[in-house]
Amino acid sequence: MGLLSTGNKKVLINPFSKSNPVIVLVLGICSALAVTAKLEPALVMSASVVVVVAFSNVIISLLRNTIPGRIRIIVQLVVAATLVTIVNEILKAYAYDVSKQLSVFVGLIITNCILMGRLEAFALGNKPWPAFLDGVGNGLGYGMILVIVAFFRELLGSGTLLGYRVIPQALYDAGYMNNGLMILPPMALIVVACIIWVHRARNKDLQEN
Amino acid sequence: MKFLRNLLDKLKPDFEPGGRFGAFQSVFEGLETFLFVPNKTSGSGVHIHDSIDTKRTMFMVVIALFPALLFGMYNVGYQHYLAIGQLSVGYREIFLFGFLSVLPQLIVSYGVGLSIEFMAAQWRKHEIQEGFLVSGMLIPMIVPVDTPLWMIAVATAFAVIFAKEVFGGTGMNIFNVALVTRAFLFFSYPSKMSGDRVFIRLSETFGLGAGTPVDGFSGATPLGQAATATAHTVQLTDILGNPLSAWDLFWGFIPGSIGETSKFAILLGAVFLIITGIADWRIMISVFVGGFCMGTILNAVGTTAAMNISAYEHLLLGGFAFGAVFMATDPVTSARTVSGKYIYGFLIGLFGILIRVINPGYPEGMMLAILLMNMFAPVIDYFVVQANIKRRLKRMRVKKENTTGLKSD
Repeated sequence: MGLLSTGNKKVLINPFSKSNPVIVLVLGICSALAVTAKLEPALVMSASVVVVVAFSNVIISLLRNTIPGRIRIIVQLVVAATLVTIVNEILKAYAYDVSKQLSVFVGLIITNCILMGRLEAFALGNKPWPAFLDGVGNGLGYGMILVIVAFFRELLGSGTLLGYRVIPQALYDAGYMNNGLMILPPMALIVVACIIWVHRARNKDLQEN
Repeated sequence: MKFLRNLLDKLKPDFEPGGRFGAFQSVFEGLETFLFVPNKTSGSGVHIHDSIDTKRTMFMVVIALFPALLFGMYNVGYQHYLAIGQLSVGYREIFLFGFLSVLPQLIVSYGVGLSIEFMAAQWRKHEIQEGFLVSGMLIPMIVPVDTPLWMIAVATAFAVIFAKEVFGGTGMNIFNVALVTRAFLFFSYPSKMSGDRVFIRLSETFGLGAGTPVDGFSGATPLGQAATATAHTVQLTDILGNPLSAWDLFWGFIPGSIGETSKFAILLGAVFLIITGIADWRIMISVFVGGFCMGTILNAVGTTAAMNISAYEHLLLGGFAFGAVFMATDPVTSARTVSGKYIYGFLIGLFGILIRVINPGYPEGMMLAILLMNMFAPVIDYFVVQANIKRRLKRMRVKKENTTGLKSD
């Protein structure tokens, strides 16, 4: 079986659209609301989730035949918690400002439903390499939604992107104002809802009756 | 009339499905039912037919809103000329100033809202729904006169799409559409929605009423004064610092959002709505009772200036009366059971005054109170219905006991 055979490709690509963790499975919503007021924390959060999900998937997949079924959740939590702690410490050391903005949400990756979902549903039943691809795919699928949401929220809420001013001063002089509601959590929900709306409209097979 | 009927009949085939303008059928139908009572009858069974359909209901509310709107326009002009010290210009110019200030907001709100409604109707192949006739009129009446037009346009579009169309259109919405518009504006652009700079138009309008504010001018609304007062009690004043009596608050020559200032005009609207049976007096009364109770409780505590405003004055201040009469009674978003209406209204009044007095960030709490209770209205109805079912079950059991002489279980 090649490294990127058809089956493996599917594992990697599917989480971007048809089985996207945020907009189809509706997992990891809390953090998607919390860290998307600005683009930078959203990017860092996405990267952290990719790393944690991918590597915990690999580790659990390697251990899958030795983990007793009854205590598997505890084992998964230990693995995930270790990785999250490492990521958190690295962020604190090298990106302190962003780490402060993300506050508890990096730590809360442990309870992120995407992580536990992938470990339970995929890693426990698959070999390490597909499990790694699945972790990367789901992490990126999650990150993609986060970045889209954060893009609109930062652009309309603060008039900046990654901290750089994008909306020209002339527009403000003409009476334009930043939308304060965009910074507040409710708007993140509504932006996510809009993405789901567009996505369902394009994928008729996902529509419920 | 005959001429209109003939014209419509002549155009009708073009707008039928498959006709030249078949795509615009809903527009045609909307216009036709706007002009004439629809002559559709049900095909089967026995139905009681009433000539008052949604369109006419909505129109009654629009008529009820007119006194408040006209007075609001006059008051916009009045406050402006009072601020620049030129009240001597005469009634006509005062009204004209207000009219020209409010008219663009009305046009923008109706224009944006109705075009979205029309598009949604075309897109879903529905009839055009008339709910926006009222919302479009309410929106300019509950915002400050200096709200920029583009903000009204954005907020109206947001509210119509996300508070109404996504739920399925008129009659399906959970939240009052006009209030969602205001909530959107309030949280998005707080500096344009509260404070002492937005409620009185100081600039000129279409070349009318140029001038600079006189000495001692302050644009703070009575509620704004109460919220920012540092002393134990507050003497409410008009914009030039003259004390206000309760009658002034009743007649409405005070700064505030366009439609909310005159309690007299709102009372006229309320009487009209109650007589025509459009709005429920139970909700109105219980909102006022709830507000009065909360006001009395807060009077008894009385540690801040806002708490010390007497309970009946609280009912005359801000958007309380307007919300009670025109917003809380919205038949779509309010509770539907009779005892549910009392609970719903009472809690709106209670929370409205509570938020207004306790939270310094929100000088007026009516909007949040009504939106909150909109959300709880179905729950209230559920419990009222359940209680009724339980009571009747019990009654049945008692009856059984009496007739058979045996304990039922």
